[in-house]
Amino acid sequence: MNARKRVAIPVRPEPGSDLPEAERRAVRESVQQNRALEGNLLPILHAIQDRLGWIPPRVIALIAFELNLSRAEVHGVISFYHYFRQHAPGQHLIYLCRAEACQAVGAVELEAHAKRALGVEFHGTSSDGRYTLEPVYCLGNCASGPSLLVDGELHGRMTPQRFDALIARDGK
Amino acid sequence: MTTTIYIPREATALSLGAQPVADAIAAQGARSGKPVRIVRTGSRGLFWLEPLVEVQTPAGRVAYGPVQAADVDGLFAAGFLTGGKHALHLGDVESIPYLKNQQRLTCARLGIIDPVNLEDYRAHGGYEGLKAAVAMQPGDIVKAVTDSGLRGRGGAAFPTGIKWKTVLDAAGEQKYIVCNADEGDSGTFSDRLLMEGDPYCLIEGMTIAGLGVGATRGYIYLRCEYPHAHATLKQAIATAYEKGFLGNDVAGSGRTFELQVRLGAGAYICGEETSLLESLEGRRGQIRFKPPLPALKGLFGCPTVVNNVISFASVPIILQKGATYYRDFGVGRSRGTLPIQLTGNVARGGLVERAFGVTLREMLYDYGGGTRSGRPVRAVQVGGPLGAYWPESKFDTPLDYEAFAAGGGMLGHGGIVVFDDTVDLAAQARYAMEFCAIESCGKCTPCRLGSTRGVEVIDRLVAGDRAAMQQTLLRDLCDTMLNGSLCALGGLTPYPVLSALDYFAEDFSKAAAPRAAQR
Repeated sequence: MNARKRVAIPVRPEPGSDLPEAERRAVRESVQQNRALEGNLLPILHAIQDRLGWIPPRVIALIAFELNLSRAEVHGVISFYHYFRQHAPGQHLIYLCRAEACQAVGAVELEAHAKRALGVEFHGTSSDGRYTLEPVYCLGNCASGPSLLVDGELHGRMTPQRFDALIARDGK
Repeated sequence: MTTTIYIPREATALSLGAQPVADAIAAQGARSGKPVRIVRTGSRGLFWLEPLVEVQTPAGRVAYGPVQAADVDGLFAAGFLTGGKHALHLGDVESIPYLKNQQRLTCARLGIIDPVNLEDYRAHGGYEGLKAAVAMQPGDIVKAVTDSGLRGRGGAAFPTGIKWKTVLDAAGEQKYIVCNADEGDSGTFSDRLLMEGDPYCLIEGMTIAGLGVGATRGYIYLRCEYPHAHATLKQAIATAYEKGFLGNDVAGSGRTFELQVRLGAGAYICGEETSLLESLEGRRGQIRFKPPLPALKGLFGCPTVVNNVISFASVPIILQKGATYYRDFGVGRSRGTLPIQLTGNVARGGLVERAFGVTLREMLYDYGGGTRSGRPVRAVQVGGPLGAYWPESKFDTPLDYEAFAAGGGMLGHGGIVVFDDTVDLAAQARYAMEFCAIESCGKCTPCRLGSTRGVEVIDRLVAGDRAAMQQTLLRDLCDTMLNGSLCALGGLTPYPVLSALDYFAEDFSKAAAPRAAQR
């Protein structure tokens, strides 16, 4: 018998084994919890973002594997929706309304002030990592604007002064 | 004796400080040995008075507002638990002209009941419509909705009964009821107010729709910008299941209706019904070609009713009081009532439910009281970000779908955004194009590319760079978008742009730049 040259068969690692534990668990739990739903991709992405604060691009392969979708399909959905984050946010997330009803009562000035105060543009995170500023197109608080949502808390009749007070409060 | 106090848990009231007020009243009540029971309600929609606190007295509810936490000590000192006089004393809230002169059919319970308390809902006429529907044949339910003259309140104003009839007659083992709660239009919040203040009304309306067309499954597609409404709906749906108003034996009828809330993810386009269906199926919210109509091939290819929150929420009263009762409100082909939202730079912003036919001027001045800034009203935008900007000369237009369309505008979801004389309409027109570029789903070229080109052309026009040519170009571009786009986003973005150009041309001329800077 000739000694044949041994050929190494590449071993495919278990999907997701390259991920940090927290991310792997977040994806697995989110998928498990929502798998039975019709049209389950958005609920799963929401669940992942609720757990991690964002959807790191490296988890896409595991989501795709779990749902038998292509990575392109999953990436396509994540990138289509403004709410899904592909970058880690700061400690506090500010959604500032840019829509017409808020513009009518000073949202444009407030936007300029917020950007100056935090030293960021929209989608940016302040250099101390505390605040991420996002635009939002209507919070449904249109009779009491300008409006913003900080960490899920809605604030109306916002002024540059009140914005500064809010930042001072949360910054502590 | 324990005094009952009503304080909203609704998002606008919270945004203006309702939570610290509730906390302060509870604390002060405990401290002073005057027991209070605080009931958290929806908002009545009189937002300039929020946070509005109502005290139950033997003579009825006595209101105080707008109350801040710092006012609470003073209110106790003034004896507000027995309706005592105070600077913030408003008396019977229902005698305030703003509220008194409304016709609240769909929004009748807002601010009155505890939104998640099912017994409270039933004590105020809730589930009477379903009770009637359970005893009817599906075809008769649909006929009642058709006869009521109800048209889709989301904006397109398509007759609801005709849509339902199409789904009823469509063959299919599985049919769906989908509620479009992706209320993305700026200047609108009536869906949110209803979901936060009277969620069972929506659930009841969708259940009746299910019985009417033979659908056993429903979804509420809610925008994720509404976390408060999400929490309220989830709680209400869980309770409705528990009490047998959802599930496999709806109200003892032996029939099934399952209901879930699904969250959107910040895409304006998902308010377009076919994009919404794509999103519910777990895909990018790109619009579908029509036909096939969603009524025939909708969610997962099955016959589907897609209606707005207010459309569904108007159904219970139609079934309860009859089609004629509802139909007797309104004018022309616009029957029933419309929850109108007064927003932007307005002194008395809020919700006004009136029969169709009231004029824009009445809304702006009699209800709204002019601008919040005290300056003259220069423009209004009705119907969301795709609605036309109108000048004062159009304020006598009645709120009626046909009258608005005839005037070159649209009533849409009934949102009115008020601007004072500091507004720069060229900037608003530019924003309309910018918004379209941000929110375009990308499927059709006029919308995807036209919106970005539109921003550029407006910039050159305002800069005075061969202005006459730019204006021709802009009008040509708008014509292409209007006639060549697949859906309303690209197709209606020209409305705010062209109306700004037609009625406020001076803002686009080069001289406007220094004038705007002076303001």
